[in-house]
Amino acid sequence: MHTILRSASREVVIGHDQPFCIIGERINPTGRKIFQEQLRANDLSRIHVDVAQQLAGGAMVLDVNMGVPLADEVALMVEAVTLIQSISDVPLCIDSSVIEALEAGLSTYQGKALVNSVTAEDDRMEAILPLVKRFGAAIIALPNDEFEIPLEPERRVELTRKIIDVATNNYGIAMEDILIDPLAMPIGADTSLVVRTLDTIRMIHDEFGLNMTLGASNVSFGMPDRETIVSSFLPMAMRSGLTSAIMDARGAQLVRAMKATDLLLNRDEWGASWIASHRARQAAESA
Amino acid sequence: MNRDELLKEMYDSTLVGNAPAVLELTRAGLDMGLDPETLLFDALIPSLEEVGARFERGDFFVPEMLIAGRAMAGALDLLRPLLAETGVEPVGKFVMGTVKGDVHDIGKNLVNIMLEGAGFHVIDLGVQVAPERFVEAVREHQPDIVGFSAFLTTTMPMFKANINALQKAGLRDQVIVMVGGAPVTQEYADAVGADGYASDASAAVKLAKDLLMRKRARVLA
Repeated sequence: MHTILRSASREVVIGHDQPFCIIGERINPTGRKIFQEQLRANDLSRIHVDVAQQLAGGAMVLDVNMGVPLADEVALMVEAVTLIQSISDVPLCIDSSVIEALEAGLSTYQGKALVNSVTAEDDRMEAILPLVKRFGAAIIALPNDEFEIPLEPERRVELTRKIIDVATNNYGIAMEDILIDPLAMPIGADTSLVVRTLDTIRMIHDEFGLNMTLGASNVSFGMPDRETIVSSFLPMAMRSGLTSAIMDARGAQLVRAMKATDLLLNRDEWGASWIASHRARQAAESA
Repeated sequence: MNRDELLKEMYDSTLVGNAPAVLELTRAGLDMGLDPETLLFDALIPSLEEVGARFERGDFFVPEMLIAGRAMAGALDLLRPLLAETGVEPVGKFVMGTVKGDVHDIGKNLVNIMLEGAGFHVIDLGVQVAPERFVEAVREHQPDIVGFSAFLTTTMPMFKANINALQKAGLRDQVIVMVGGAPVTQEYADAVGADGYASDASAAVKLAKDLLMRKRARVLA
């Protein structure tokens, strides 16, 4: 199954036979005090740096989140989307829990965006899915509802089924435009959590064949040497059916692990990308 | 083992989260005739304080904090009834919950474990806690502190709704309000009129103790 995202001039295809899709996570003020203050003062200059770094690291799509407490998230989203589309040509993932910010971002965006995200809560689906349909976007769906974030993979699959039913039957959204987020949770809080995520990925892949993405750095929260943990998690997740991740593309070790996994999983014919990126590194080192 | 050796051993075992050893040493200490209060204040609580300090320095990680908290909780189960008998109050009473509209609880549960480790009596209301349930719980349990947790920018406004509800019920002045969660900032906490914000579990415990001390000093003054 192919999920196609577009900017005004570029197309990115997410699929099980495609290179793993790296969604750059860094354009997000959560936990970044200085960036928050800048955004509150309507200073978006930091975004230039973040965009450049994520793209240099290998991001194919950029997640844009403007969730700054006590700021006008709607206005910031419009400005950020406009700015990023003027300095880069990759598709964007419009990320907010505020419906108005999603709508404003989508109406500003040129192309086919990804929306982050909807849950299986009835009121969230009612508010967000019509927007996804109206703007012809694709949507990331999280299998949690208003009662719980289920731990059991079977329950996550059930909620996935609910979202798919509503999105396709009630709103006419195509299956391939639904990406499931199988819920990556911190291994530091409970060492059984990531196995559940991997099982969920496998089950959703086998049952629905949908594309999936998740917040990769979540798994390593609270632990030392986070990049090694995420670099070890993603190959397993990819083999289980994960086709994309929202991650910090500045992590060189992490991105190389993804590229090697693409090669090993037969998504890099003749190893052409692997060899090309090796040459590019050699050239950069000798320069 | 003499008194000091036992307390040292208890401190060390709590620090590494060895729950069976901590429990055994708690029993041994009681058999030796040590006050439950001594075990709590001269071994368990200092040990958890050290865990928090190491966490803040980046020397300790979340799982280590968790197992230390659990080791302490095991000992507390044994000590709590004895402490109550001798009239020793818990450090403070804390009502905690994830706000309405939000079902995230990993962070909140971490804070609970660390609070219990510091000697607080924690009453956890769970997730999706509506303002009226917070009000009810504050009325019923008369906590020193009530904590609101939110993981989403869309559920953070419930802090204000909860505080308004407490005000309306005439309970706001009786209770310290603390807030936290991934998107929450100090500025936001100030703007909604919370008394405190902390960015992680260890900082939350420190702040809770600090706010409590200030409140008690005010009451005495």
